[in-house]
Amino acid sequence: MNAHIQAIAATQDRSAFAALFSHYAPRVKAYLIRLGCPDGQAEELAQETMLAVWRKADRFDPAKAAAGTWIFTIARNLRIDQVRRERRPELDPDDPALVPAPAPEADLVLQAKQHHVLVQNALQALPPDQARVIALSFFEDKPHGEIAGELGLPLGTVKSRIRLAFARLRAALEQTS
Amino acid sequence: MTAIVHHPSNSLLLDYAAGTLDEASSLLIATHLTLCPHCRAEVAAAEAIGGSLLDDLPAAPLRPGALDAVMARLAAPAEQPTLRKPQPSTWLPRPLTERLGGDDPSLWKWRWLGPGLADLPLVSDRNRPSARMVRLTPGTGLPPHDHGGRELTLVLRGAFGDRFGRFGRGDVEETYPDMHHEPVALEGEVCIGLVVTDARLRFDGFIARAMQTFTGV
Repeated sequence: MNAHIQAIAATQDRSAFAALFSHYAPRVKAYLIRLGCPDGQAEELAQETMLAVWRKADRFDPAKAAAGTWIFTIARNLRIDQVRRERRPELDPDDPALVPAPAPEADLVLQAKQHHVLVQNALQALPPDQARVIALSFFEDKPHGEIAGELGLPLGTVKSRIRLAFARLRAALEQTS
Repeated sequence: MTAIVHHPSNSLLLDYAAGTLDEASSLLIATHLTLCPHCRAEVAAAEAIGGSLLDDLPAAPLRPGALDAVMARLAAPAEQPTLRKPQPSTWLPRPLTERLGGDDPSLWKWRWLGPGLADLPLVSDRNRPSARMVRLTPGTGLPPHDHGGRELTLVLRGAFGDRFGRFGRGDVEETYPDMHHEPVALEGEVCIGLVVTDARLRFDGFIARAMQTFTGV
């Protein structure tokens, strides 16, 4: 999938775009429906997301994120902008105030290709209660305070599950880096 | 610059990465991320989880002809986003420079709250968490208080201390109901921070409560 985005950036490759579209557009639509968008709006935003993929392809950096991760962030930001009508405060990588990572090992961002597989494996290896809280974080438009209420758990329990899940994930990623 | 000691919780970073965090708290997190490579890596990892979950979702088919409709729009020239870039600042992260219009605190429209204490509302909505800049001169403190909800404080300049430790540039203090504290600006520079609250603070004293009624803090 990374190669498709790079082909779009390099040669405006329409068949690469069609391949990306057939895989990701239905998943982006499913993601938006999970977050409560009505079908029509989810359809429209999924199309807009793919259009943004075409237009921003030259900004895709496979060393920083896998295709799915990059497309997820585009869909996420479009939803915040169009559904919540908020402008997402986002850091600017070119900000002169940005404090750079002191050493590469302090930075968890790995080669995205293996990263993607690692994340998937690490997610599948999580205990079910931790995996559930992580998935709900992405598929419910609610902060953890409300998710905790819904699960009938104290906020502290939800937060410690998240902390444990992150620690496991990081251990899994660091092992192979 | 001393290293950042106090980081926001994984829970907040995950909410930010998932896109479910409110605007005021997101402003604080984006500002902290500019100053903190450690948390940038955490957010990148959380976004990778989002990407992985997206890949695994069962497809929701698009309407017939959707691909053709989008293909037909590919040729259209991209509308250039006309984002007004503020003058970049070497000390104030861009998410805040954008909101404040510049990085010179002497030009901001501070609101006097008491001796040595001023604030400047940035995000205010009755039903959502609010964000404000707060300025404390050295030795000045907030009256003792606890919180009806969560309070996040990010230090941008100077430092303050309370019973949970010393908080300098880039540090985030995350406090919850019944975490009683009395932050005082430490000697040296004027302390400037970004404070996000999701409920009104509960001050202890009668005078402090009267002041709260007056200022709406």
